[in-house]
Amino acid sequence: MSAPSSFRYISKPRRVVEDRRFVVGKGHYAGDISAEGMLHVALVASTHPAARIISIDASAALALPGVHKVLTGAEFAEGCEPLMNGLETPAVKRYPLAVGATRYMGEWIAAVVADTRAIAEDAAELVEVTYEPLPFVIGAEEAYDPASPPVHPGHGSNVLLDKTFHWGPVEEDFARSEHQLKYRVVWGRNATVPIETFAVLASWDPWRNVMDVWASIQMPKFADQIARALRLPMTSVRVHQDVDVGGSYGVKRGIKHTVLVAHLARLLNRPVRLIEDRLENMRGGDMHGPDRIFDVELAFNGDGVINAMKMRALDNVGAYAGRAPFQLGKPIGAIVGPYKINSVRYQAIAVTSNKAVEEAVRGFGQAPTNYAIETGVDLVAEKLGLDRIELRRRNFIRADEFPYLIPSGTSYDSGDYHAVVDKVLAHAGYAELITERDRLRAEGMLAGIGVASCLEPSGGNSSFEPLLNEKNTTTTWMESVRINVDALGTVTAAIHTTSSGQGHETLVSTVVGEVLQIDPDKIQVVRPDSIASLPGNSPVGSRMAIMMGGAAFHAAGKLKAKLFKIAAHIFGCAPEALTYESGVVSGAGHTLSWMELVTICHRHFHQLPADTEPGLEATHVFQVPTGVALPKDGRVQMYPCHSFEFHLVLVVIDPIIGKPELRRYVIGHDCGTVINPHIVKGMTLGGIAHGIGAALLEEFVYDEQGQMMSQSFMDYLLPSSHEVPHVEIVHHCTPSPFTVFGQKGSGESGYLGAPAAVSGAINDALRPLGIRMSKLPIRISALSDAVAAATDANQV
Amino acid sequence: MSVSLTINGALRELEVEPRTTLLDALRDEMRLTGTHVGCEHGVCGACTILVDEEPVRACLIFAVQAEGLAITTIEGLAPAPGELSVVQDAFCEMHGMQCGFCTPGMILTAHALLKGNPDPTREEIVTAISANICRCTGYGQIIEAIQLAAQRLAGSNMPEGSL
Repeated sequence: MSAPSSFRYISKPRRVVEDRRFVVGKGHYAGDISAEGMLHVALVASTHPAARIISIDASAALALPGVHKVLTGAEFAEGCEPLMNGLETPAVKRYPLAVGATRYMGEWIAAVVADTRAIAEDAAELVEVTYEPLPFVIGAEEAYDPASPPVHPGHGSNVLLDKTFHWGPVEEDFARSEHQLKYRVVWGRNATVPIETFAVLASWDPWRNVMDVWASIQMPKFADQIARALRLPMTSVRVHQDVDVGGSYGVKRGIKHTVLVAHLARLLNRPVRLIEDRLENMRGGDMHGPDRIFDVELAFNGDGVINAMKMRALDNVGAYAGRAPFQLGKPIGAIVGPYKINSVRYQAIAVTSNKAVEEAVRGFGQAPTNYAIETGVDLVAEKLGLDRIELRRRNFIRADEFPYLIPSGTSYDSGDYHAVVDKVLAHAGYAELITERDRLRAEGMLAGIGVASCLEPSGGNSSFEPLLNEKNTTTTWMESVRINVDALGTVTAAIHTTSSGQGHETLVSTVVGEVLQIDPDKIQVVRPDSIASLPGNSPVGSRMAIMMGGAAFHAAGKLKAKLFKIAAHIFGCAPEALTYESGVVSGAGHTLSWMELVTICHRHFHQLPADTEPGLEATHVFQVPTGVALPKDGRVQMYPCHSFEFHLVLVVIDPIIGKPELRRYVIGHDCGTVINPHIVKGMTLGGIAHGIGAALLEEFVYDEQGQMMSQSFMDYLLPSSHEVPHVEIVHHCTPSPFTVFGQKGSGESGYLGAPAAVSGAINDALRPLGIRMSKLPIRISALSDAVAAATDANQV
Repeated sequence: MSVSLTINGALRELEVEPRTTLLDALRDEMRLTGTHVGCEHGVCGACTILVDEEPVRACLIFAVQAEGLAITTIEGLAPAPGELSVVQDAFCEMHGMQCGFCTPGMILTAHALLKGNPDPTREEIVTAISANICRCTGYGQIIEAIQLAAQRLAGSNMPEGSL
């Protein structure tokens, strides 16, 4: 591992190569792709949260000119397998269209296929569905009650997962602690809601036996799941990965969309495309995020040292079970945050309800958990009358204590939390910030400072799968890169995934350029289709800088080793005697230029050492640096790397209007060695914007009748440039010992701490009124109501 | 219905249903797919185009209403194949995007802003782009890109109002 200053291309502010096509409108998104003879899909959606489907009358729809097919769930289920479940819940069957009964408002009941999307929408309105309403359950607590109507009667209850872990002497630690406190916080159901809805085009070639798929996806094992659902060999599913994805942040899973459209393409022998409209996306697109109630108890000493935590996390995953329950598992890898909490009891509960399906969202459950932990740390400080930052300092793992093993089995790689906090406080002028807050308070405003210190586990493996599902024995979550040097000496690297704005082409060309000492702008990065691809697991779990970067590094290293072997053979010396400079290999008084070496590889077999393949190509399939063993006694090594972020926020609230304004926002960020500063900066700022949305604005709200109330961007509010303040970033670099350049992940940065920091700032502002908000989002209406009630009560 | 549209300086004749939005006409009939579909209810700004040099949401106007108007889409901005406008280049320089989906609308909005206001304050930039939602960047690098474009235009000695 080199010091950052010694890099040629890494950590340099190089342009992101993908940007050039985007600024001219030449991105290649799934919705831009069409095929000759393509048909279009619109969906008939359930109007009930729970109902038996008595009949579906499609006769009027089919009579409309241009309509080709109305597919129901019952017909679909005859020819295809259900979609994959993460847990062993075989009675919780999930198909793209409701089969026999509908389990949430907005669920797809039938798919209408027509010559144009407009005709398909017209026809969808003509499909008559007769329902027999059934009892339903919306809230998580109600669903957890054994008396609640089960969403899947065959499963017997609404409980998909209810597992309690004991890590360390929790009861003893509680007994020996001077103080305890107990609190509840609620993370409202929201999502990262990309501006591009999900789009997919599928085309079946019955002579080649190939299903071509172009889809806006960010999904591990995507082709595998299509093949299983359609009962095709994987060699017959060709997912085109050279599709640009218009934002994902975890949610572009789209498996039900894809299986549906691929099935229709095979059935009708025509290319079929589905582009969700916003309504289909919001209510039935399978992209809502965690919806979670936390009940937490903390045990601590009078000096503020927190000894133990009991956490119960109850997550409402909605009507079906995909990978969503695993979002309770991933946070186990950082369950104590950056703190030296000695023991933890963690109860993870996932329940079904008659809400839309929950899927993966940025951080995979970590942002809600961080919000719960950070709220507790603030409460401890308040109870003891200690400064919140001083309290954190007393509990932080110290820089000299890494690698640090936390009670749940993960070893944190590296960090210097105290240094990052010091830098942020110095940059922000913490004393002046407090003075400013107090000045605003004296003016009659509600003003508060929020802090959050938390971790971003990165380098995603899948250790939470075997931890929560004993039948799952996965211990690799590999990523691959292949490099080919052609006969003219130019370099192509192949990556095996789609990207949704992470800049993977820039990442790989930078890393390969660094190792081979070649200008990254001269390296072509391509994306073979899934049939031609090497194994990979897509950009989830903040993993690609570590995993794709690692694969590229090792592939380039193998290529260089081959050049050394050839040169050593020709020079008659040991490979160790050689040096490499910008493609030129020298030693023993000789040199071979890059082009001479390339020519030997491509044309001069007679010059190659024995047992050397001609050509110049290298492949590396990279295993996650840690976390290679199955769990033992409920403990497991989760992700290898742990980035750190410290947020400091000043919020001002007009007590009459209740609208919070983020007056100052500073974040200290340590993700080890930065590969591209533009990309990391953008991820951090964008993550903070998502976090502000989750803290203040965004929620999928259901009413008592089980109807979703936030179905458009008029009701589901996204932060605009007015809501996102100027953010000051303070950098720190603690390299990871486990990665090739010391890099850590940054794809979830900002988002993991912003909700906690904003919430903490608001609660600091409300403290003089004696009230606190313990549910996100803290919407203006809730805030102004709470302030008004407290003001009235204080006056009485 | 037949309609003639002036798109990126060229006159185009096409047959559309009265209900066809300008957005759908641009994408489906003319294959100008740089104009993106985000919400189709006028909030997100992904489909922003310029109509007579003003930003307009293409999802909120029917194709037949656009007869006689001068329409600029993202495909009409680059000065020549392989080249970038000053604004486009500034977005690349500052990485004012990630997934690129809101980018065409954002760049057209920035063009319109700088044409009318060559030296905008940060607040004026924030207000101009508040009609365009970006989910990736948190807007910081977009604002920086527009500031950079303004600086470069100011230093280019180009006549005011030309981009």
